[in-house]
Amino acid sequence: MENTYVKHQYEHILPKKDEWPVVKLSKNRKEFVKKVAESAKKSVLDLTGESVDLLKEELETTLYREKLRIKQNPWAVDPDDEKDFWNKVKSKLVQLSAEASLTKTQKKKHYIAILDEITMRYSEEIASNFVHTHYKITRRIVTFGFSRLLNAARVKGFKSIFSNQYTLQDKIQITGETDQIRELAAKGTIVMVPTHFSNLDSILIGWVISVLGLPPFIYGAGLNLFNISIFAYFMNALGAYKVDRRKKNLIYLETLKTYSSESLQFGVHSLFFPGGTRSRSGAIEKKLKLGLLSTTIEAQRANFQKGVTDSQGKIFIVPVTINYHFVLEAPSLIQEYLTMTGQERYYKESDEFSTSYKIFKFLVKFFTKGSDISVSIGRAMDVLGNYVDAEGNSMDKNGRQINTMDYFLSAGKVNIDAQREEEYTNFLGRRIVEEFHRINRVFSSHLVAFTAFEMIKKENKKMDLYSLLRLPEDDIFLVYVEFKEECERVLKRIYELEAEGKLQVAPHLKQGIDAIIDHGLANVGMYHAKRPLVKNDLGNIETQDMTLLYYYHNRLEGYGLEKLF
Amino acid sequence: MASKNSSKEKSIGVVGMGSFGTSIANILAEKSKVIAYARRPEVVDEINTLHKVEGLPINEKIIATHDPEYLCKSCDTIFFMIPSAGFQEVVRLFSPYLYPYHIVIHGTKGLCLNLPQGKTLEEVGTISRSNILTMSEVILKETVVIRVGCLAGPNLAKEMYEGQPAATVVASKFNEVILEGQRLLRTDKFQVYGNSDIIGVELSGVLKNIIAIAAGALAGLGLGENAKGLLVSRGMVELVYLGNAMGGSVKSFIGLAGIGDLVATCNSTLSRNFTVGYRLAKGESLEEIMNTMEEVAEGINTVRLMKAFVEGTNMRAPITENLYKVLFGDLKIEEALQYLMKYPFSVDVDFL
Repeated sequence: MENTYVKHQYEHILPKKDEWPVVKLSKNRKEFVKKVAESAKKSVLDLTGESVDLLKEELETTLYREKLRIKQNPWAVDPDDEKDFWNKVKSKLVQLSAEASLTKTQKKKHYIAILDEITMRYSEEIASNFVHTHYKITRRIVTFGFSRLLNAARVKGFKSIFSNQYTLQDKIQITGETDQIRELAAKGTIVMVPTHFSNLDSILIGWVISVLGLPPFIYGAGLNLFNISIFAYFMNALGAYKVDRRKKNLIYLETLKTYSSESLQFGVHSLFFPGGTRSRSGAIEKKLKLGLLSTTIEAQRANFQKGVTDSQGKIFIVPVTINYHFVLEAPSLIQEYLTMTGQERYYKESDEFSTSYKIFKFLVKFFTKGSDISVSIGRAMDVLGNYVDAEGNSMDKNGRQINTMDYFLSAGKVNIDAQREEEYTNFLGRRIVEEFHRINRVFSSHLVAFTAFEMIKKENKKMDLYSLLRLPEDDIFLVYVEFKEECERVLKRIYELEAEGKLQVAPHLKQGIDAIIDHGLANVGMYHAKRPLVKNDLGNIETQDMTLLYYYHNRLEGYGLEKLF
Repeated sequence: MASKNSSKEKSIGVVGMGSFGTSIANILAEKSKVIAYARRPEVVDEINTLHKVEGLPINEKIIATHDPEYLCKSCDTIFFMIPSAGFQEVVRLFSPYLYPYHIVIHGTKGLCLNLPQGKTLEEVGTISRSNILTMSEVILKETVVIRVGCLAGPNLAKEMYEGQPAATVVASKFNEVILEGQRLLRTDKFQVYGNSDIIGVELSGVLKNIIAIAAGALAGLGLGENAKGLLVSRGMVELVYLGNAMGGSVKSFIGLAGIGDLVATCNSTLSRNFTVGYRLAKGESLEEIMNTMEEVAEGINTVRLMKAFVEGTNMRAPITENLYKVLFGDLKIEEALQYLMKYPFSVDVDFL
């Protein structure tokens, strides 16, 4: 993969917005919502078999959980008529079970009618509200506003605010298979799967997609983000559909999956954060949430079943990593992680992204100071993790062209086999994790954080992680000369891994070791009140916050680098 | 892509016509058309003209070929029945003709060493799990086939050939592979169980060979049934620990492919692994034994790999370690036995 950062304006692959799949979808929103509700209903009925009792139980469980949620965990975005709706469902269910005169088939019909109402409501709630004019405005705000801020900070003088010397692309570098994704987006359906570290990711990716000249992607955003007005506007504009993590009932989950699968079959490019939520530990996702991922396999099979066997019906998985020196939410994320994994109680800090004001403050900081972000676009794969060429043909490990449809054949015919597709989903998940590690871009800050933490760990060999993290920061320091030596050793191994194609290295790591370390120290978690790593007056290395150091260290997990210590 | 919509039922492929491959081909031929692959032209001719393998008559419906491409094109489901030593090579030979619609089921009870290019086991010394491939992992690594299964269980080829009642396990992560295996193999005399833990089932078949060699050695020393009972149960414990460390589940080890196979091989003079142990105890050297055996005893290679694996972890596997010293060092069988009697096993069963 070439090392240069891509910085140029791409032509839009589909200049007319009416050709955008997402616009087509929003024009057909009403029918589409209905279609989703209908097929979600079918799949719930499939899952409950022909049994009326099971269906009844499912409806009752859903009702019970929804009432509990409304009572215990209400959000600002929840619609006002929610209570009424579920009360009505309740009275209908009560009535039905009391009714003795109805036959089983008649009862079933009534239950299905209730199910129908619920899937319809869910489908309506999930569906995205893409409005093209909002999208245009948002795009302008993001690029224009951001580049104004950027130039104001970097170019001196009164007129700097109108300068175009720096654009957003100086700040956020896009690398990797940019041409391929553009070509494939015109041929088939793209599913972009990025790593997830920060709430900023969705806006960032939205911007990347627009810079690459691609039509907007739809994506599932946590409903909680719609609580914040700024985000709600952006998300709607960028084509987000809503995922409510509070709703864990079967009917909701089926509707959500159906929504995704049907959109893919419709040809709308989609974005999944396959980790489900932001990485709490700071490490690249190892275990993926397979629910949404399974819809790519389902949609691909459905397209083959419909006889769409050319590239138009093909689904391409594109892994993306977002590489940061600094993650705003790091302190609260790592605390949550430690609370989850450790026996020790850590007190929880508030979420930095909780108010629009804090986000604004962060953005100003981000653009006026220099912390770069890079986004690596990986090679596109088919739904079984085989790389595809520019034409969208799948290739096996030996470069032989293969047909993705073959994976779904039994005795020469495409068939549905839920258990098979479950295994395929696991398989795809593992392939995505592999690709994440491969396209992950190592920064100077990752190097210094990793090395420093491993050195401290080695010095305190007998301690477990939690005691290590509780060490008083004042007692810890690393002698610069030794630190430098260790950094060099790790860096050497990183270069080896790069040569083996197992990871990527940012260009700023191709300079002298002292310069790399300085760069790393200056950048690692640079806006935190307590810095994970600093140089003290004597020139030695100190930490002000062990848990943050641990967080940034985790980014280089999974490469066997800890074996060096 | 070749058209696959021919209305004719496709044939079933069998790759490798050793004793086990021949037995399976015979069972398959009761229900399906079978195409068998043999590397040596004289075996192909013998099958096609005389309907015999090594002089033993086989089902007349079995057709032989030495063309991998022809076999892969004619069959959707293929059984690989090759010794582990040649497994990787044969899989590579077939790889260019295999596609994702193929189902591959193998019946090989061995392990394959997976080291970085140009390295040998002697140079590396100890190895980790990623350096060892089970046969299904070889298939996944070398081909594009993903629907992979394996056969394991007490399947002494000679008894199967004679049509005596027996059972086998078809293991695969894919239900459809298990169902396909059952559909093709199940007969009045051959029961087929399913298991989704393919790694556990493969390891059962592989690791029991170590115990089989030891059992042969005990018999060769003229020891009785008490000693054998001791060995089988201690061997089981060791098998479970090693198997767990390699990623198999305990359930599979106490099933047909584990205990079932262990009992059969530890009591049978038909087993090659048992024979190796027996002749060792009678004073022959490993070299002499290997030179005069027609088919490979998988257990020898398994002992070698597992010993290197055990050293890479912090485990103890007394039977494997001592057997290694007998096979490749100069420890006498009697001394190894003494060592085992003194070894401080304190708990009987602690894995359930």
